[in-house]
Order: sequence, then structure tokens, then C-alpha cells
Amino acid sequence: MSRERTRILIVDDEEIVRESLAAWLEKDGYTLATAPDGETALERIRGERWSILLVDLKMPGIDGLQVLEQARTLQPEAAAVIMTAYATVDTAVEAMKLGAYDYLVKPFDPEELSLMIQKIVSQQALVRENVLLRKVLKREYRFRDLISKSPGMQAVFDLARTAARSSSTILILGESGTGKEVLARAVHAESPRGQGPFVAVSCAALTETLLESELFGHEKGAFTGAVGRRKGKFEMAQGGTLFLDEIGDISPKLQLDLLRVLEDRRFFRVGGSEPVDVDVRIIAATNKDLQKAVADGAFREDLYYRLNVIPVHLPPLRERIVDIPLLVEHFLEHLGAEMNRRVDEVSSEAMSALMAHSWPGNVRELRNVLERAMVVASGRVIQVADLGLRRASPDAAGVGPLASLEHVEKHHIALVLADCGGNISQAARTLGIDRATLYNKMKKYQLRKDGEPEPEEHLTT
Amino acid sequence: MVEVFLWWIGSGAADEDLLTELRAEVTRVFEVGARCWHGHERPLDSFDPRRQQHSSTRILRWLIEARPRHSGKIVGLTDADLFIPILTFVYGEAQLGGRAAVVSTARLASDNGFRLDRALLRERTVKEAIHEIGHTFGLIHCERRTCVMSRSVNLVQVDAKDRGLCPDCRRRYAELREQGQHEHE
Repeated sequence: MSRERTRILIVDDEEIVRESLAAWLEKDGYTLATAPDGETALERIRGERWSILLVDLKMPGIDGLQVLEQARTLQPEAAAVIMTAYATVDTAVEAMKLGAYDYLVKPFDPEELSLMIQKIVSQQALVRENVLLRKVLKREYRFRDLISKSPGMQAVFDLARTAARSSSTILILGESGTGKEVLARAVHAESPRGQGPFVAVSCAALTETLLESELFGHEKGAFTGAVGRRKGKFEMAQGGTLFLDEIGDISPKLQLDLLRVLEDRRFFRVGGSEPVDVDVRIIAATNKDLQKAVADGAFREDLYYRLNVIPVHLPPLRERIVDIPLLVEHFLEHLGAEMNRRVDEVSSEAMSALMAHSWPGNVRELRNVLERAMVVASGRVIQVADLGLRRASPDAAGVGPLASLEHVEKHHIALVLADCGGNISQAARTLGIDRATLYNKMKKYQLRKDGEPEPEEHLTT
Repeated sequence: MVEVFLWWIGSGAADEDLLTELRAEVTRVFEVGARCWHGHERPLDSFDPRRQQHSSTRILRWLIEARPRHSGKIVGLTDADLFIPILTFVYGEAQLGGRAAVVSTARLASDNGFRLDRALLRERTVKEAIHEIGHTFGLIHCERRTCVMSRSVNLVQVDAKDRGLCPDCRRRYAELREQGQHEHE
């Protein structure tokens, strides 16, 4: 282990102590810095990485225990050692309670100091080694941008890797926020079409006419406002992959049009008479139960079978709780780079809260919760309060520990709606789902914009 | 050419054999000139009555002031028990990449209840003096236990090391000399 990587900050109001200790440790090859008071120390702890903090207990202004307390939040991986001229059991106990690594009485026995520093350095080297090993392991748990160690998701990765090699149509089934588009992109990137375009269309976001034009393009003068010929998504995806999200929401007419493209591998632009040949791989996705929609007559059976060549079911996050620590680590790293903000970990209390949450918005909701937490966290550790998760209140909500998932979901959506004051966009963002999905869920659970239940008389009209 | 001056500044009589042996070792290990200096001055303000020990840092300051003008590096050898403010004791202290070093025989003479072995004391003192001189040339502690530049905080560690530099420290020393940043002629 390189000793230069060990950075030691000495905090003491006595110059002679700072200088003599720094000079002694400098000869071991460590990188040394000193701070004459608590304020300066905290400034340096906020701005730089430290391996060891040697902090004097009694200092004017911010004392050693206050520095220690804040350092535990700002840099939990740094080993803080409290130094004092007068050893009392009370202060020693308090320092250890606040997370001090050790407690030294001035003047130190050189052997004791030397052994303690060596011990800290070896332990930190082990931690670093552990982080490296975990990174290697994390590579094993990845499929492009998807990350999981749960057996269910590992099976999805295996299937997706195999499916990527062919050009067969894939149907991805899963709740909102489970990563259907991320999986589609991963399959595309792994496939022989990886160098070609990946084009995504959300079928629920557009009206029938708009979607038709969006998918197939149109000729000049096909309809009012069609001032020129425009390519559709099918043509744009030529040689690549077309991702049709929320396929369960398309109209019967478009279902038929789509079926024809899938069968003939050709289509007509809106208002056009010349067929256009396409070489596109289709990946469709939905959060709806398509089999039920077929049974109800809402979705064409022949189209269902055309799409359902390789079905892939993405499990919801609540069924893969084991992945939460891995995903948290992944998002902290990812968001940290995106936001230019360093947060190292979540506290154990916060992790417990994350593991206990029901995640109706799945991985997307988890990402949003962490993004919010990274913005509001004051140090380099996310605390439970930073998450903004509401604690379940069984009495008020009637949601006990054995409530059904539907009940919990309804209750959670109602809470978020109420919290957002009826602002649907904001509520959808908080839940990590899109507005259309939120509207569907509000309809399903008969909830008003303000989170209150719909009045009975309204439901009957 | 760097010349290292060895100066007995203790209260007791100087061990001339020790100084002669050390002079030869300094030349052998560092390939520089060394000579014994027989000045009669002694540091007067280094004693701390509260700790009943001598401040090695004050002695270093005094050595810089009192050294002969033509000396490259100056090494004070003493029988006084030394301390730095934060530690209970030190065997010696040196300016890293500087001119002065001081080494004490006070704690190296411990015989664990047995009759003091003068040869052993000499051996330990030579090692600690070579170690401190190494610091003045810019060398830092070595993790190899047998290297003279390894940190020793007890006599077992002093006895475990050799009088010379390990191959890595020898290489580092050659680099430092080549850079010329620690030449004090």
C-alpha cells in the first residue's frame, strides 16, 4: 500500500503539537496537513479526502467532539482519533460513542502511536481491497445499464443476451419504472444491430392519428398541415431496433396496421400509395396484462402472438429487495458524476427505510428518491430524513404490516397526491411513473387529484 | 563534497571509540566524508524541568547555530533523554532533508536488568545515528524491518535492523544525491 495515499489531518490549537506530530509522521511518508482550530478543520474535511484525523479534544470555539461528530457525517471512512492532555472516562466514552477510532493521552508513547497508525492504515487498505473486489463482482451483476444479483433478474439477463443474437420480436412485460426501455436498449446494444439506430416511441402519449403518422410517416398533403413528406419511426429505425412502449394502449386500427407491418415487413406512409420495405427489429413493452386484454377483446389475439415471440418479464423492485443496496451504490456513483456531487453512502437507518419501502414506482422511483436525497443531504452520507419517504402510519391509513400490495400502492399514491397538492406532474415525478400511468392508477383506485377518494355519486355517473 | 560532522554534546565523557566507529560507518553507508568535532559548547536551554527531559527540537536549533561554519551536516550525540512535545521520548530527531540531527544514548543503554553491554550500546547508537543522518539526506522510513531506515520505537526494532540501507533506500539515496537537493557543502 502506498503511504502517500494515507492523508492525515492534525487538528490542535497548539502549534508545537501540530508541528512535532506532523514532522514525526512525515518521516513515514504520509501526506500531512494541520489545522489550528475546529473551524479550519471542518473546512478542510469538507473540501478534501482524509484517511486519518488526529483531533485535539479541547480547543477554543468548535471543540474536538464537535469536529468528530461532523466528520462522521462528512467523511465516515476517515478514522478519527481524539487527543487530549487529560484523560477522563466520560470524555473517552463520549468520543467512542460519537464514533472515534481511538483515544490518545498526550504525550503519546511512540510505540502506541506507531502501532495505532499502522493498524488504521492496514484496515483502510483492506476496505479499499474490498471495494475493488465488489467492483469486480458488480461487473458480474451487470447487463449493460441494468444491474441485479437477484436470481429472477439474472434469468432475464441470460434470456436477453440470447435473444439479442436473433432478430426475433421481444415483448417486455413489467410495471412502470422496472426498466423496460433500459432492457430494450441493452438488447439492441448487444445485438448485431447495435451499430444501427435505436428508436423509441411511447404509444400511450399520442392520439391515434398522431401515432399513426409518427410510426409510418406521411406524404405531402396527407392531411391538413402535412406540408412535406415526413419519415416515420419505422423508417428512422431502418437497420436497427424500434421500441414500442405501452403497446397495450394502442387503438384497434393501429393494432391492425402494426400487425400488417409485422407480417409483411412493409408499410405505407399516411396518404401514400408506394409500400416502404423495412428491416427493423421490434421490441414492444407494456405494463398491462395483455393476455387479459386479449380475453376481454381489447387487444388483437393475432397481434399478441406476433409480439409475444420472446416474452421477458421484468420483476418489480419489491420482488428483488436484495438488489436495493447494489442499486443504491450504482445510482450514488452515477448521479454523483451527473450532478457533480459526491455522496459516498446511505446511513444504515436510511438503507433500512429504503429496503422497507414498497416502491410502486420501482427502480425509477428509487433513482428519483436518491436524486432528491443527494440534493438535500448536507454531508457525504444520506440520512433517513434526506430520503423524503413517508413512514407508514398504520393507524391513520389503515395499512397494516399485512396489507395487500394494491392497498399499499393506493395508500402511497393518495399520500403523494395530497403532498403535491393535486399537481399531477409533480406527483408522477415523485412516484417515478409517467402521468398516463398515474392517471390510470387514479382511475383504478378511484382517487381524486388531491388524493381523496372519489365521491360515490360521481362514480355512478 | 558533503562532510558530516559528529559532535559529542552530552554531559558525560565522550565515547571516542563510538565516534570513530560511527565516522567510518557514515563514510561507508553514505559515501561522504565524516569527521569528529570536539567543540566544548553544549546546548543550555534544552532541558524541560516539568518533563525532566531534553527537547530534541531545541537541540536541533542549537546545533544549526553552533555548528562549525564549514560543516555540511551536523550530528549531535548525547546521553540526555530526548523528547518532542507530543511523544514521551525519542531516540533521536533530524531535519528531513536538512542539516542537523541529534541522537541520544539514554534509552539505547537499557540492559533489561543485565549488565550494560558497551558493544551493544555502540551498535544501537551507530544504527540510530545512521538512521537520522539518512533523514537529513531526505530519506523517509522504510517498511523493510532490517533496513536502517525502518522506524524503531523500541529496542527490539532497533536490534532487528542492520547498519546499512536496503537496495530500495540505496537507490532512493542515489536519486536524491543526483538531484543534489540535499547537498550541504
